[in-house]
Amino acid sequence: MEKVKTASPPAPKPGPTIRERFTGFFADLYQVHLFIIRFFKEAFLPPFEFREIVRQCFEVGVRSFTLITVTGFITGLIFTKQSRPSLSEFGATSWLPSLVSIAIMRALAPLVTALIASGKVGSSIGAELGSMRVTEQIDAMEVSGTKPFKFLVCTRVFATTITIPILASYTAFIALIGAYINVSMNEGTSYATFMQQVFEPLTFIDFWASLIKSVVFGFTIGIVGCYQGYYSTKGTEGVGKAANGAVITAMFLVFIEEIVIVQITGWFR
Amino acid sequence: MKKKKIYTDQKNTVIRIRGLEKAFEDYDVLKGIDLDLYQGENLVVLGRSGTGKSVLIKLISGLLKPDKGTIEVLGKNVTKTSDRELQELRIRIGFSFQASALYDSMTVRKNLEFPLIRNRKNITRQEIDKEVEKVLEAVGLSQTINQMPSELSGGQRKRIGIARTLILNPEIMLYDEPTAGLDPITCIEINDLINEVQQNYNTSSIIITHDLTCAKSTGDRVAMLLDGRFERVGTFDEVFNTKDDRVKPFFDYNFIQ
Repeated sequence: MEKVKTASPPAPKPGPTIRERFTGFFADLYQVHLFIIRFFKEAFLPPFEFREIVRQCFEVGVRSFTLITVTGFITGLIFTKQSRPSLSEFGATSWLPSLVSIAIMRALAPLVTALIASGKVGSSIGAELGSMRVTEQIDAMEVSGTKPFKFLVCTRVFATTITIPILASYTAFIALIGAYINVSMNEGTSYATFMQQVFEPLTFIDFWASLIKSVVFGFTIGIVGCYQGYYSTKGTEGVGKAANGAVITAMFLVFIEEIVIVQITGWFR
Repeated sequence: MKKKKIYTDQKNTVIRIRGLEKAFEDYDVLKGIDLDLYQGENLVVLGRSGTGKSVLIKLISGLLKPDKGTIEVLGKNVTKTSDRELQELRIRIGFSFQASALYDSMTVRKNLEFPLIRNRKNITRQEIDKEVEKVLEAVGLSQTINQMPSELSGGQRKRIGIARTLILNPEIMLYDEPTAGLDPITCIEINDLINEVQQNYNTSSIIITHDLTCAKSTGDRVAMLLDGRFERVGTFDEVFNTKDDRVKPFFDYNFIQ
């Protein structure tokens, strides 16, 4: 009997060489670039999935809310507590609210929020879309004449881009409460005085830079999570890789963007 | 249920495939496929696992791009259509996936509504409800309307998957391993459902399977895919009784009642 040849996968090849890894990195970069272009091409054309965007915003908010509340509060409290000894050496503890507010508004609130969202939201998007890819749900959407990219990717990227700035503002608020509790317990400062000292050193640029930073972080977390999940392969193993890849890549990019945005806003001060 | 004799219009070809080739990396899966699907017929594509049967229907639906050859579906060349035309064409093709591919996060109702809402502009809530009830009744699962896919059995998931494709009234149905992983009784029920869809919705279908019972009970014609080519095309009995040494073993190893 003649043996029938089947399409089963060929024998495993040796791992990629350094050159293959290098070219693979740039190929990936090119794919991400195309993915982002596709997002901008499709996102602003009808039909608009408003309901799904609202649902995703709610999902993103709910997923991170508790963790952000706890982390924000502890960040404010600990940062104030740790900064006090250094300032008290110079007899400058009255500057504590100003120092804390600058640190929280300019860096900590957007960064802490983005890192938490990368872990909670980015991984969840990567795993969800990855699972939909390997179980052919994305293909099913495509063959039923709908646009899965618009429904799955655009809505999630919009949701993270809208929600993360809101969450960052909330983190800042909660962190300031944490800071106030510490300051109030040690110096007996009233709430009104504390708030006056908090807003005194802040400029218009601080608010805008913080907002723009959060929007960029939100977009990055959404697009990275969606990219990793949407092009997930290799079954359940691929789903795990998509979730993991979404977190690591998003966190890495958030730090890079932080450096770039801080540098750019520095030119306007 | 015995399959009723269905009139197939052999002058009217709904799918015409010529010289279709597809390779993955260095392995040639399809090596020059020619195939015609006639109006109103059920064509079963038989073959061993990994011979490219599912690849064939993914090429037909435009999920994969061929390396060579042409695929004409309802008069349109799938390989050369624009995205918009392909999307319009896909509404006329129903695709039932091997693992059903129901949307996990949606109830049965939402699964069925999803393609309808996005493809029928200005459809009213009442019309949507009516269509959903109609297809659920057609697959005999009206009671599952508010259940999540995870609460359904394998057979029920397959039926809901078929219902989701029927809601757009397709002219062509593509079934990917409709009876895979199901018990014999449920297999018979799915086979009957495929025949009912052919009769009641007047569809032309390609049924990908390696289940000979399914092939015999649903197919008007059977095509045997071997080594990237169709080796035998004819009625089930013609293919079953072949003397071809490459085709014969496939039937010898299977038991049919």
